[in-house]
Order: sequence, then structure tokens, then C-alpha cells
Amino acid sequence: MAKRGDWVRIHAIVLKADERTAKLPADTQKCDLEMWTKGFLQDESAEIGDTVTIQTAVGRLEKGTLIEVGPYYTHSYGKFVPEIIQIDKQLREIMSGGEK
Amino acid sequence: MALAKDYQSVMARANDIMKKALGLDYEEFEKGGTVFDYDALMKATNYTLDEIEKIQAQTGVGDTPLLELRNITALARKYAKPGYGARILVKDEAANASGSFKDRRAACAVAHAKKLGYKGVMAATSGNYGAAVASQAAMQGLKCIVVQECYDSHGVGQPEIVEKARKCEALGAEVIQLTVGPELFYTFLSVLEDTGYFNASLYSPFGIAGVETLGYEIAVECREKYGKDPEMVVCTTAGGGMVTGTARGLLKAGCKNTQVVSASIDLTGLHMASDVQFNRKSCTTGHTGFGVPYATDPDHSDTPRSAARPLRYMDRYVTTTQGEVFYITEALANLEGLERGPAGNTALAAAFSLAQELPEDALVVVSETEYTGAGKHIQPQLDFARENGIEIRFGNPKDDKPGENIILPADPGLIKCKEADLNHYRRSLIKKAVTKAGLTAAELTDDDYKFLATETKTDVEFVRKALEELGL
Repeated sequence: MAKRGDWVRIHAIVLKADERTAKLPADTQKCDLEMWTKGFLQDESAEIGDTVTIQTAVGRLEKGTLIEVGPYYTHSYGKFVPEIIQIDKQLREIMSGGEK
Repeated sequence: MALAKDYQSVMARANDIMKKALGLDYEEFEKGGTVFDYDALMKATNYTLDEIEKIQAQTGVGDTPLLELRNITALARKYAKPGYGARILVKDEAANASGSFKDRRAACAVAHAKKLGYKGVMAATSGNYGAAVASQAAMQGLKCIVVQECYDSHGVGQPEIVEKARKCEALGAEVIQLTVGPELFYTFLSVLEDTGYFNASLYSPFGIAGVETLGYEIAVECREKYGKDPEMVVCTTAGGGMVTGTARGLLKAGCKNTQVVSASIDLTGLHMASDVQFNRKSCTTGHTGFGVPYATDPDHSDTPRSAARPLRYMDRYVTTTQGEVFYITEALANLEGLERGPAGNTALAAAFSLAQELPEDALVVVSETEYTGAGKHIQPQLDFARENGIEIRFGNPKDDKPGENIILPADPGLIKCKEADLNHYRRSLIKKAVTKAGLTAAELTDDDYKFLATETKTDVEFVRKALEELGL
């Protein structure tokens, strides 16, 4: 449960698929245009999935579905990619005067 | 009475919203037919190069180091014929406040917004520009909203774009994230209308004037350190602001013989508005998906007329592959001790190949580096590609198929940029400009011919021939 003042992330549908009139490839035409943003919860309390209002970092009020309380990033430096150390090895060999 | 905020109503008000949000009436630059007064638009900024330098210096922007890449030059010479292999230099733009050359654009746009009394600034960008605007807004005391195209319909985001969202938030901005599609512009306009913020567009004259200092600095530093102008400057090209501004700066410094080369990663075949293909590309900028449409139709951006007009300035347009750019990014880290990019290293991959065409005493300058971070680095980007079913292997970059594979060059000697057909793009610009104006060739005036020649860095005869060939 989230309470008023919690930092949360919301999700909303900006345009339903059938409302999209822009020139789009067929695959995108089938999708809703979705939106995410973050802010302080304005409702007294809310559960994930509730429609809520937030106040964003710039002070804007925005409505949407509550999807995350205390949102955080999980992107990283990725998993091991063996080719990268092969590049490093090759460059060292070439520069140290071995093969061309 | 509250304004209707549905798609059609907001889009119908687009011109009014833009006028208010740019503090500039673009109508006054229109001269009829295909013609508009580009010089007057650029002069409308009312900032001289000196003033821009001052604005940038106050906010930790500009005067970045010009580094000679001695080891990468030595590597390139191993593949060049004797006496060939120009010195490769790079402008370390990652040293700007938010980590890219985009600070130069943002510094001017935000300073101008502040001068006009706006309370906040907005930018539509999935790239480094968001962080640049957020950083400048923080320094200059304005609020900031960045609108990003970030996710596919499964909510999966490119790691590179997610990192840029994080950085914008870290610098105090609100980030609105959207799924794939050009209707991002609707959300952008709608929020712009509600907030009354300044549109810190990448394509405003303030943004482009801000890049002129980059070209100017390159000229001055080459003269100071090497006693001459650079033979070639290579610019990573997406929306065209880098090449436009840099070339203008070089010209202002009097570099008449410097060849200006645009470089983009070839992503031919991938549709930029496709939900499925969105995450099948492994670089989110610096590619032909932006480079070609913005070069051939600069005015489809978020301003009525774009101040970025790349075909006016480029002498050559070359393409590289994702695999070549990832390889050279690793070389930059391993051989030069500079962990940068990767997207900003597109021009470096091209320069590595182009330097081999020039004699050893020539100077090839790569116009930028950009910061590296979690998500925005070759390992997470290659890992993400592999997770998305993209084949990654060593081989000949000639076998590169965007969206299907990433071919890392089996040997650095295989890094060879490809010459794009610049005249084809020039003809395409002419066609689009004439069609957009609703004219036929017979209706064009002398002014139209002159304008289209300037737009394409050609002459009236080229325009005449192009119109004949196009059957317009």
C-alpha cells in the first residue's frame, strides 16, 4: 500500500490502438500509446492498480494507474560478452608488434 | 473554458502552441514557394559567437580538450599505404557538464528561455540532449521536463535510453516515457500547452548556434597545436545539428578548405516507428534512421523550420556498421584509455577508415565523444542485442544486416566506411521541398532555384537537372 507523499510511478494509456491516426507500421498500429511518469502520491492511500493522482518533479499533476512504489532503476553493465575480451586481446597483440 | 485535450484538438493548435513555446514567429522567415530566410532565422538568436562562448563558459560547457589519438592513429597506419594514415584527433565533448556536446545546444536554449521569462523548459529526446537540458535547467534555475520514446509494447526499454532517463531525473527533471510512435509529439505539445514552458528544441536556432563554438574551437586548437586547419572533420550525424553547427563554426573561423564529413550507423531496413523493430537496433542514435530523413527533410522536426540543415554543409556522407562502432569504442578504451560512447563514436569508426585515405601529415578531427554509463556501454548494448536474438560474431562488417546481426570486424583492417550517395539525398531534398510547397518545376522562380541550390550545397544547374530527372 502507498500513502500520500510516497514517490511512485504511474502508467497511463495516452491513445488506444484504434485512436492512433498517425502513419504507423502495422505492428505499432495494433498497440496502445502508453505513458509512464513519476511523482508524489496525492491520494490519502492507494494500492497497486488503483487510479491515482501524482505531483511530478516539476509540480505537474498527472493521473494514471499506480504501478510501483519507490521505483528504482535496474539497468546495468550487462552480462559477460566474451567477444569484448577477444577484441582487447587482438588489439594488444597488434600494437605490441606481433601480427599486422 | 478548459481547452479540449484530445489528439485532434491539440494537434489543431500545434502552430499556436509552438509560437508561444519558442518565442519566435517562423512566419516572418517564409519567403514564398520553397524559400525561407535561413540566415535571418539564425540571426534571430541575436547572440554573437563571443556571447555564446560566455554563456557556455558560465555553465561548464565548451573549451573541451582536443586529444590526439596516437595509438589509434598508429593502428590505422598499419593498414594504410606507406606515408598515409592521417593523425586522428578527437574533441573530448564528454568533458562538458552533462557529458556530451549537447550541452552546447542546451546552454543557449535554456539561457534564452530564462531571458524571455519562461519558468521551465521542455525537450523531446531519447538521447543525451535530455540530460543536457536538465543539467542546464538545474544550473540556470528553471524547471525541466523531458519526453522520451523509451519502451516497446512489452514495456522493454533500450538500456541506453533507460540510462538517459535516470540521468535526467538525477539532474532534477521530470521524465515522461512513452512507447514507440510519432504521437510523442501530441504528448509533448499537450504538456507544453499546460505548463507554458519553453520548447528547448534541438532544432531551434539557439540550439544550433550553440554548436558553432565547437567548430570554432576545433579550428583554433588545430592552428595553435599544429599550425594549420584540419583537412577533415567527421561528425556523427542523426538530426543534423552537430554537422550544421560544427561546419558553421569552422566557416566562421575561416576554415575554407576543411572537408566536412557526416557519418551515421547504417540501419537501413529497420523502421523507426516499428514496435517490433524498436529493440532490434543496438544503437539508439547516430544512425541513418534519423540521419537520412533529417538530411532530406529537415523541417519534419518539432519546429516549423529546422535550424539544422545538414545538406547545406556536408561534403561527404559515409556510413559505418554497429559492429564497427562497438569495435572502435573498445579500441578507444583499450588503446587510448578513454571509455566513451558508444553511439558518439560513429564518427571515430569512420575517421579510422577515412584517415587511411589521407597522408600522414593531414589532420582528421572527430567532433565528439560522449559519456559512458550503465546501459550506455558496449557490454550492456551487446548483451541486450543477444537477449533479443541478434546474432553477434566476428567477421567482415560487409555482411552486416541491421536487426539480424552485429558483425564485429575480425581484424581492425576490415573497418571500412561506405560512401553514401550524397547526390541521391540532395535530389530527395529537392523533391520533398517542391512537393511540400505544392509546386511543379514550371512554377519555381529563380529564388526557388537559388534556395534549393544552397540547401543542397550544389548549383542551379544541379537543381534543374534533378527536377528533370525527378519528372517534377
